[in-house]
Amino acid sequence: MPASGRLSRYGLRTFALGYLALLVMIPLGMIFYRAFEHGVGAAFDAVTTSDALHAFYLTIIVALIAIPLNTIFGVGCALLLVRTEFRGKALINAIIDLPFAISPVVIGLSLLLVYSETGWFGDWLNANGFQVIFALPGIVLATIFVTLPFVVREVVPVLHEIGDEQEQAARTLGANWWQTFWRITLPAIRWGVSYGVVIATARALGEFGAVAVVSGRIAGQTQTATIWISEAFSRYDFTGAYMGAVLLAVIAVSILVAMNVFKRKEA
Amino acid sequence: MSSAATGAPSAAPSRPAAWPRLGGAALGRGLVVAYLSIIVLLPIAALVAQSTDGGWSAFWRAISTPDAWWALRWTLIASLIVVAINVVAGTVIAWVLVRDNFPGKAALNGVIDLPFALPTIVAGITLLALYGPNSPVGIHAAFTKVAVIMALAFVTLPFVVRAVQPVLMEVDIEAEEAARSLGAGRFTTFRRIILPSLLPAIFAGSALAFARAIGEFGSLVLFAGFVPFKTEVMSGLIFAQIGTGNLTGAAAQSVILLAIALVVLLVFHRLTKWSLRHAG
Repeated sequence: MPASGRLSRYGLRTFALGYLALLVMIPLGMIFYRAFEHGVGAAFDAVTTSDALHAFYLTIIVALIAIPLNTIFGVGCALLLVRTEFRGKALINAIIDLPFAISPVVIGLSLLLVYSETGWFGDWLNANGFQVIFALPGIVLATIFVTLPFVVREVVPVLHEIGDEQEQAARTLGANWWQTFWRITLPAIRWGVSYGVVIATARALGEFGAVAVVSGRIAGQTQTATIWISEAFSRYDFTGAYMGAVLLAVIAVSILVAMNVFKRKEA
Repeated sequence: MSSAATGAPSAAPSRPAAWPRLGGAALGRGLVVAYLSIIVLLPIAALVAQSTDGGWSAFWRAISTPDAWWALRWTLIASLIVVAINVVAGTVIAWVLVRDNFPGKAALNGVIDLPFALPTIVAGITLLALYGPNSPVGIHAAFTKVAVIMALAFVTLPFVVRAVQPVLMEVDIEAEEAARSLGAGRFTTFRRIILPSLLPAIFAGSALAFARAIGEFGSLVLFAGFVPFKTEVMSGLIFAQIGTGNLTGAAAQSVILLAIALVVLLVFHRLTKWSLRHAG
C-alpha cells in the first residue's frame, strides 16, 4: 500500500502542477520574455507613447470614479439588506448578482440601447448636450455595471456575523445613526469593505468587453488600457501589447497579495 | 439571506437600530433602487425590448440564422467541454492542495486565483505568447477550436477548485480510514466515501464555470478570434452584429445567452441550498 499510495500521490501532484504550469504559469512567464525580447528600452518606449499613457490614465480615472460610487452604494445597500426589512428584498438581491450572469458584450449592448444617440434617452441626452456612449460617462457606466456586486457581496456576510448588539448599545447611549455607523459599524466591516474594493478594482482595471462596445475605442481619447493592448496587438506592435499586458499582470498580482492580506485580517 | 430576518421584522421601526428610522431607510431604499435602475434595470429592459422590436418572427430569424445557430451550438459545446475539464482538473488540484504537502504549495494556492485577478485580454495574450504563432514549443493553437477551449479553461480555473477545496477539508478522515481498514481499496474509498460528499460542490463550481464560459469575450479576442463556423462563440457574434448595426439581432442573441446563464445560476442556487441543508 505505501508504494501505490506514494505513486498515486506523485501522479496527482504531477498532474496538478503540470496543468497549472502549462495553462497559467509558463504562459504568464512568456509574456515577460516577449515584452523584454528587444530590450528594456524598447519595452519602455512602447508603453510610453502618448496614446498608451492616455489609455492607462483613462483606466485609472474610470476606476477612481466607479469604485468609490460602488463602495458607497455597496455599504449602503448591504446595510439596507441586513439591518432593515422591506418588501422586494429578494428581488434586489437577485438584481445585484445579475452582472455576474451577463456577458460583458451584452452589458455593453444594453447600455448602448439606453444611452446612445438612438437609445431610449438619446433625444434627451442630445438636447441637453450630454454624450454618454463613445465618451467617459459610458465607460464609467460599464465599469460600474460589471463591478456592482463585489462590495455588497463582501459586506453582507460580515454584517450578519457582527450582529447589531453594539450598534443598539451605541444608540441607547445616545449616538445618532451617523455616529453609530462611523464609530461602530464601519470599523467592524472595514476589512470586508477593503476586500470588496480590491476585487472590484481588479475587475475595473481589467474590464474589456463592455468597454469595447461603449467606448468607441478612439486612440488617445476613449481607449482604456485593455483596449489599447488589444489595438496594439492588432497593428503588430507586439512589444507594446506584451509590455502593456505585463504591467496589468503585475497590478493583478499585487492585488492578489493585497486580497490575501485583507482576508487574513478579516479572519 | 434568511438570517437577516432574525428578530427584525416587526421590531425594525421601534428599536434603536444603526439605521436612521423610517424616513432615512425609505430614502436609502429609494437611492438603491434608483442606482440599480440607472445602471442595471433600464439597460436590461432596453435589451429585451430591442430583441422583440421586429416582433417574434424577427427575434426567431435573428437567432436561427446559420451563423447564429452554429455559434450558439459551439458556445454550449465548448462550455460543456471546459466544464468537464474543470471537473477533473479542478477536483485533482483541490485534492493536491488539501491532502498533499510539498514546498511551494502556498504559492500554488495563490496561482489558482490569478485568472480572477488577471484582465481577460491579458489572459488571451498570455496564452498567445506560448501557444500562438512562433510558439517556442511548436504548438500553434491560435485561431483554432483548441484555443477557445484553452482560453475558457484559463478563465474558469478557480471555480471548481475553490468550490471543492473547503468541502474536502471538512471530509471526515475517520470514515475514510474505516473504509480502508475494512479492506476497501484507494479508488473504492474515493468513489464510495469521498466523492459523494464532494459532488454538490463539484456541481456548484461547474455551474459557475459554465455561466462564465458561455459569456466569455476578452480572453478569446486575440487568441481564438471569432471566425464564423470555426471559432465564433455567441459573445463574438453579438459583438460583430453591434459593429454592423444589427442591434435587434444582437439583442435577440443576447437575450438567449442571458436566459441560459440565468437558468444555470438558478440551478446553482438550488444546489447550494440543497447542499447546505444536507451538510447541516
